[in-house]
Amino acid sequence: MRGFLGRWGGFLVLTAVVLLLPLILPNRFYFDMAVKVWLNAIVCVGLNLLIGYAGQISLGHAGFFALGAYASAILTRRFEIPGLVAMLMGAAGVGLLAFLVARPILKLKGHYLAMATLGLGIIVAIVINREIWLTGGPDGVRVPALFIGDWRVSRIEDWYWVAGGAMLLAVWLALNLIDSGVGRALRALHGSEVAAATAGVDTVRDKAMVFVVSAVFASIAGSLFAHAERFITPQEAGFLRSIEFVTMVVLGGMASTFGAVVGAALLTVLPQAVAEFQDYKHLAFGAILIATMIFLPKGLVPSLAELFRRRRP
Amino acid sequence: MDEFLQFLFSGLTRGSIYALVGIGFAIIYNASHVINFAQGEFVMIGGMAAVFITANAGLPLIAAIPLALAIAGVAGVALERFAVAPARGASVVTLIIITIGASIFLRGVVEVAIGKRDYALPAFSGDTPIRIGGATLHPQSLWILGTLAVVVLALKWFFERTRPGKAMLATSHNRLAAQLAGIETRHVMLTAFALSAMLGALAGLLTAPITLTRFDIGIMLGLKGFCAAILGGLGSPYGAVAGGLALGLAEAMTGGYISSAYQDAVAFAIILAVLFVRPQGLFGRAGTERV
Amino acid sequence: MSLLKVEGLTKEFGGVRAVADVSFAVEPGTIHSVIGPNGAGKTTLFNLVTGVYTPTAGTVTLDGRDLTALSTAARAKLGMQRTFQNLQIFFNMTAIENVMVGRYLHLGTGLVASLLGLPKIRRETRLAREKAAELMHRVGLEKWLDADADAMPYGALKRLEIARALAAEPKLLLLDEPAAGLNPKETVEIDELIREIARGGVTVVLVEHDMKLVMNVSDRILVLDYGRKLAEGTAEEVRRNPDVIKAYLGEGAA
Repeated sequence: MRGFLGRWGGFLVLTAVVLLLPLILPNRFYFDMAVKVWLNAIVCVGLNLLIGYAGQISLGHAGFFALGAYASAILTRRFEIPGLVAMLMGAAGVGLLAFLVARPILKLKGHYLAMATLGLGIIVAIVINREIWLTGGPDGVRVPALFIGDWRVSRIEDWYWVAGGAMLLAVWLALNLIDSGVGRALRALHGSEVAAATAGVDTVRDKAMVFVVSAVFASIAGSLFAHAERFITPQEAGFLRSIEFVTMVVLGGMASTFGAVVGAALLTVLPQAVAEFQDYKHLAFGAILIATMIFLPKGLVPSLAELFRRRRP
Repeated sequence: MDEFLQFLFSGLTRGSIYALVGIGFAIIYNASHVINFAQGEFVMIGGMAAVFITANAGLPLIAAIPLALAIAGVAGVALERFAVAPARGASVVTLIIITIGASIFLRGVVEVAIGKRDYALPAFSGDTPIRIGGATLHPQSLWILGTLAVVVLALKWFFERTRPGKAMLATSHNRLAAQLAGIETRHVMLTAFALSAMLGALAGLLTAPITLTRFDIGIMLGLKGFCAAILGGLGSPYGAVAGGLALGLAEAMTGGYISSAYQDAVAFAIILAVLFVRPQGLFGRAGTERV
Repeated sequence: MSLLKVEGLTKEFGGVRAVADVSFAVEPGTIHSVIGPNGAGKTTLFNLVTGVYTPTAGTVTLDGRDLTALSTAARAKLGMQRTFQNLQIFFNMTAIENVMVGRYLHLGTGLVASLLGLPKIRRETRLAREKAAELMHRVGLEKWLDADADAMPYGALKRLEIARALAAEPKLLLLDEPAAGLNPKETVEIDELIREIARGGVTVVLVEHDMKLVMNVSDRILVLDYGRKLAEGTAEEVRRNPDVIKAYLGEGAA
């Protein structure tokens, strides 16, 4: 019951935050920041299923994010496909790509898996940079506005609700998955792969499944990001962007869905809120990664939760 | 034919650089089973330090090189001492994240302290190209190839003839047995990080006259050195040399004959193909997990 | 017909034969023990039977079906479960969640249904929890239901592995040194538990060092020495076998 209350209680709190936050956001700048937080959080909630729960690593998720973003940009702009359809097509394509590479990649462990996902991400970034006829190359490409039915999502306040809603949906899906047989199997193979296999878990299949889910989450977030920004550049596919996502997950707390959201929020807001931080962004990211892994290996949210639990009788 | 010779020279030159970086990965992996994702930053530190010592302190190159290597060595020791050692026994994923954090940190420090421009280091023996057949070879390439040859011989001597070298080899075979035999594995770790950092820095200051250097040059060079090390089977310094040279040649040939736009993708395409087919690397052996 | 049949099973590690040409058959509903000195190849045999290792030669059949090419998970689907000499607990989960993982084969694992949290999935999770709680009572772990696995003592973890294996409702259960590291009282309890499992219709293959336990519970005993089959028979037969006495029992268990 503790788990149940923690999970769905947390979901209610998060919903309340999304609903009430606009009351205290003073201007566009902060709304824009909130949109970025929610979108990064979608990627991190998905990535956390892979890293935190299943114990696998991906250093290439920016590739999936960018593929989603470019799929939306190109399909809506060139082929005039409706935004939502384009988004689903992009997600389906990314899901298929992730599925095709998942089996060979996820048979690998540790360093090899890191290398393979990293290589995949970098190849995606190089293709986006080089195929200028399709992607606009390093200069980036403009993205049309998103229509949901007849509603043209253009004001930043509109985007706040779209991104916030999508984030809550992502969290809800993730919480459901975690509380299912598949979710327990993922945590089990993290704990002991041989024991999970002994219990009948098809470890390669389940790892592939969560890899696809996390890739699709990233793709959808990328599509929304492209429409919200109305512009997309290959920087979004870069290796450093992949590392940013991993940092958010690790800082917020591995194997904690709300931790992933908190991590995304902190590392999205900090660099923007503190102007001086911008120059020191990379330096600080690096220091945060090292310090978190050494001093708070479980991440912020699980560590705080543990503290809280111990205080209570 | 002339064209081929030209690509061959270019491939061997860059392959030697990847090899030097790859050896660093292999040495640290052997000593500690850590993949040091910050290896590329030592390459950057080597190049940047050499540039700054020659340009700002006005020292001649011959003095700047050992100083730059020393700076990188200190950075390597600091990395081991303050980031890797405190997480001893953590999972592979944790250690990957820590060394990635260290690499971003080191890069960030140089970015803030020095800046984001390209910097050039003067070539060691001028820039007059040497004509061989119908192709030309930059004199710096000879320095690079020669250094790699010397490094390989020196490593052979180090591992077979010196106490710290033998200790390192013993630790890589069986850490516990090495400890029981009285080897200070802490010292082995520090030596490995210092040595790898200096090898990386060597690669960095050798290549700086040809490719220029900047704060983020280490990302790609580090990743390609990692590719070289995996191709060579991770634990083997000599395998990394073979992997590095093979990678350099494949890149140069792809760039020359197929598509220069996708030159940078070659390393990663090869590594994906190799990992799919032969995860233990071209020269590595498969192991059986114990339960 | 025999439930488990092992024929000519051999495993070499770099030229060393850890298991050499071992054959035996296990009849349904019996307790079959595998004994032998340290390094005799008992755990390697388990790893070969469960598919953790690929044999160099030989076959394993369950219910007449050849398992040799099947993965560990596929063998679990056919009704094979095991525990581990060196515990393989999911330390990142609670005790009851460990046992719930054992129910995996009896749950729907559709991805979309799981993501959407369909009522069917929720109901299954609830049933899995009830079943897991029941099993934890059965193995005497009722105090530890919601404990984090990494906070539990060694003896409790041994039982937790058994509960997890039972949760899958196996036909064949391989127990790798269930009494190792337990005190005499706990060993007696494990003895009782093993008998009770067998009475419930589960065939048990047992690797154990505790001779008293083995002689007490086993219907048949297989003796390994240096990877080879030294003898096989009832407790009484094995006890009297001169080779066994020389190689093993003579050391002090007699």
